[in-house]
Amino acid sequence: MTLPAYNFAYLDEQTKRMIRRAILKAIAIPGYQVPFASREMPMPYGWGTGGVQVTASILGPDDVLKVIDQGADDTTNAVSIRAFFAKTAGVATTTRTAGATVIQTRHRIPETPLKAGQILVYQVPIPEPLRFLEPRETETRVMHGLEEYGLIQVKLYEDIARHGHIATTYAYPVKIEGRYVMDPSPIPKFDNPKMRNSPALQLFGAGREKRIYALPPFTEVVSLDFEDHPFSVQRFSQPCALCNATGVYLDEVVTDDRGGRMFVCSDTDHCETRQADGHRGPGLPQTQQEDAA
Amino acid sequence: MVLQEKNKDAVLSVRNVAKSFTMHLRDGLVLPVVENVAFDIFPGECVVLAGPSGVGKSSILRMVYGNYAVDRGSILVRPGAGEEPRDLASGDARLVLELRRGVIGYVSQFLRAVPRVAALDVVAEPLVTRGVDRAEARDRAAHLLHRLHLPEALFSLPPATFSGGEKQRVNIARGFITDHPILLLDEPTASLDAANRDVVIGMIREKLGSGVAILGIFHDQPVRDAVATRMIDISGFSARRAA
Amino acid sequence: MSDPILSVRDLERRYASFIGCTKVSFDVWPGEVVAIVGESGSGKTTLLNCISGRLERSSGSIRYRMRDNRFPDLAELSEAERRFLMRTDWGFVHQSPAEGLRMRVSAGANVGERLMAVGERHYGRIRETASEWLQRVEISPDRIDDQPVAFSGGMRQRLQIARNLVTHPRLIFMDEPTGGLDVSVQAKVLDLLRGLVTDMSLAVVIVTHDLAVARLLSQRIIVMKNGRIVETGLTDRVLDDPRHAYTQLLVASIPES
Repeated sequence: MTLPAYNFAYLDEQTKRMIRRAILKAIAIPGYQVPFASREMPMPYGWGTGGVQVTASILGPDDVLKVIDQGADDTTNAVSIRAFFAKTAGVATTTRTAGATVIQTRHRIPETPLKAGQILVYQVPIPEPLRFLEPRETETRVMHGLEEYGLIQVKLYEDIARHGHIATTYAYPVKIEGRYVMDPSPIPKFDNPKMRNSPALQLFGAGREKRIYALPPFTEVVSLDFEDHPFSVQRFSQPCALCNATGVYLDEVVTDDRGGRMFVCSDTDHCETRQADGHRGPGLPQTQQEDAA
Repeated sequence: MVLQEKNKDAVLSVRNVAKSFTMHLRDGLVLPVVENVAFDIFPGECVVLAGPSGVGKSSILRMVYGNYAVDRGSILVRPGAGEEPRDLASGDARLVLELRRGVIGYVSQFLRAVPRVAALDVVAEPLVTRGVDRAEARDRAAHLLHRLHLPEALFSLPPATFSGGEKQRVNIARGFITDHPILLLDEPTASLDAANRDVVIGMIREKLGSGVAILGIFHDQPVRDAVATRMIDISGFSARRAA
Repeated sequence: MSDPILSVRDLERRYASFIGCTKVSFDVWPGEVVAIVGESGSGKTTLLNCISGRLERSSGSIRYRMRDNRFPDLAELSEAERRFLMRTDWGFVHQSPAEGLRMRVSAGANVGERLMAVGERHYGRIRETASEWLQRVEISPDRIDDQPVAFSGGMRQRLQIARNLVTHPRLIFMDEPTGGLDVSVQAKVLDLLRGLVTDMSLAVVIVTHDLAVARLLSQRIIVMKNGRIVETGLTDRVLDDPRHAYTQLLVASIPES
C-alpha cells in the first residue's frame, strides 16, 4: 500500500479551507485580527508556524515561492521553510523578489517594489499591538471594537518622554483605513511606508496566538505619530558597502575582532542583483578598471 | 403677640414653629425645645433673641438657617423686595442652599475650621462661591481682617491654630463679607476684647444702615444695648415650661 | 441649572437573594457634591458602582444628562457611548490609586491618556496640559516622567485626581478617596478636592464612611443602612440634627475633636 507521505503543502484540505475562510474574512476587514484554529506544525513556535500555515493554504502547484528571514534568503529559517514547501508541495522556489508569486517573510519587506498578483505572507509573533499596554485580551478586543486607541498613543508618548523622539523602531503600530490599529509584525519602521497602497496582497499569520489579519492591495496604512513628532524612517549615512545602494535598509556586519564593521543591504536578493548589474560598493576590493579610472 | 397671617414688608416671618429632639439612642426619649414660635423681622432692624440659656435661642437661629429641621410651622424668607416668600421649613435641601447662598448669612459661635485653608481664603470664600473674582475677594477679605485688627502675619495661615479671639474674628469677617439681606448672629462678640467688640458694633450698624435685617443672640450686655432695635423674649416659646 | 444631571429611581441590586441595595432614589444637580455614608456592608459601594456603570443593576432607572441635554437611561446607551462618557464626561476616583492609575506609565502619560483618547495628537500640548495639572494637584512638574510606583500614597491619589479631571468632566464618582491615607495627607487631598470641586463646578457622588469628609465636601448627604436609604438631606442638618436612629448612632460615634 502506498500512501503519499503528505497532502499537498502538508496541511489537509479541511484545514486549508478553514484557514482560507479566515483569510477571506481578514481581507474583508483590513487590519482586523481573525481568530483561526492554528495547527501544530512540524517546527517550533517562533519559527513561523503562522506564516507557514497561511502559505500552505494559498499555495498552488504553479506558484513560485520565495522565503526571506531578516531580508536574507540564506538564513536557517528561510532555507528550512523553503525546503519544507519544496518537499511537501513540490513548488518552484526562487530567491528573486521579482520572480516570486508568494513571498513568506520574517521581519522585512523586500526592497524591490511588489507587483499586483504577488502575495506577501508575514510571520507574526505577537499580533496584538495593545498587548504590552493592556494585558487583558477581553479588554483589548473591546478597545479595537470601540476604536479606543488612546492607549497606543500613550506608548508613543512614553517613547518621546524617555528618549526625546519616538524610539520604537520595529513593530511600529499602524492604522488601517482609518479604522483598526495593527501590529505590522517586527519589520523595521523603515518598511512601514511600503505597506501603504501596495499592489500586492499582504497576509499576516500568528501561529501561537492563532490570529490572521490582512491588507488587501491598495490599502491605506498610516503610521501613528504626534503632530509635533511626525513619523519618520531610519536614514543611513553611507551606502551599502557591497552594492553602493542608497535608500535601502542596511544591516551592520562585524568583519573582524578588531572593531571592523561594514553596512550592507539587509535584502540579499536586492544586493546581489545590483552587484550583478555592475554596482560596486566601497567595501569591495577595487577592480583594475576602477584603479585605472 | 398679635401677628398678621402674612406681613408684606417682613423679610423673615416665623409662624407656629415647634421643635423637639427624639433621642433614639435613649429609647426614643423626646426632648421638646420650643413651640408656637412666631415673629417677623423687617429690613434694617436688629432683633435680639433674649431669655435664659437653654431656652432655645440657638435652636431658633439654627432653624432659621435650615441647620435644624422643624417639627411643624413655617419659616417664610423673602429672597428680595417684591418677591414671593419661600418656606424654608418645608423646603428641600436645594432651597435651603439657595437661600443661604443669596439671602441668609450666619455667623456661628465657633469657626468650623477647614484644614489647610488660609484665613484670608476662609474669609474670601463666600464671595468666590458667588462668582466674585478671587483677587478682588481676597482684597475685600484683607480689608475686613485689617479692620478687625487681625495681624497680617496670620492672613496666610490656616485658622486651626489661632486663639479663640482670632478664630472668631475670622468667623465674623467671613459672615460679614457678603451682602445677604438677612444676617443671623450667634454671640459673635463672645470672645472679643473691647476694641474689637466696638469694631463689630460698627460693622453691625453699617449693615443695619444698608437695610440688612439682623437676628441675633447677644449675651454681651453693652453690645446688645448698642445694636438691638427690638427684643424677643424666647421664654414665651419654651416648650419645656409646658412640659 | 434647574435640571438634575443624574437621576436614580428605585434602584436595586441583588446578589442572588442577598440585597446589595434597594429602593434607592435620588437626584444630583450640576455643581453639587452628594455624600453617601454608612458603615461597611451598608450598600454604599454597590450603589456607587451601579450608578457609575461599573456594576449591572437588577432593576430601576439611572438617567444622565448628556451635554446635548438628552436625558437617557444609561441602559439605553451603547457600550461605546457609555465608555466614551466614562473617559470624558465622568471621572472615577478609586480608594486605591493603583486601580485608577497605570502604575508603570509616567505621570505625564497617566494624565495625558484621556486627552489622547479623545484625539489630542500634539505631544507638546499634551505635555503642557499634563504639567499644568500636576501643578494644580501640587505635584512638582519635575516628576512628570516618573512612574507612580515611585510616588507616595498621597501623591498617587493626587495624580489619580488629575488624571480624572484633565478632560473637564461634569460628574465625578469617588470611593473613599482619602480612605487609605495618613491623616495629615488626607487633609491635603481633601483640601485639594474641595478647591477643584468649587473651581470646576463638578457634580460629585462620594462614598465615605468618614462623616468629617462628608461634612467638609458635600452639600447633601445620603445615609445608608442594609442597602436602603434611611435618611437624606442637607449635610449639616443631617449631621447636626439627625432624625433616624441609625444616623444618630453614626453621629454619636464620632469622637469630639
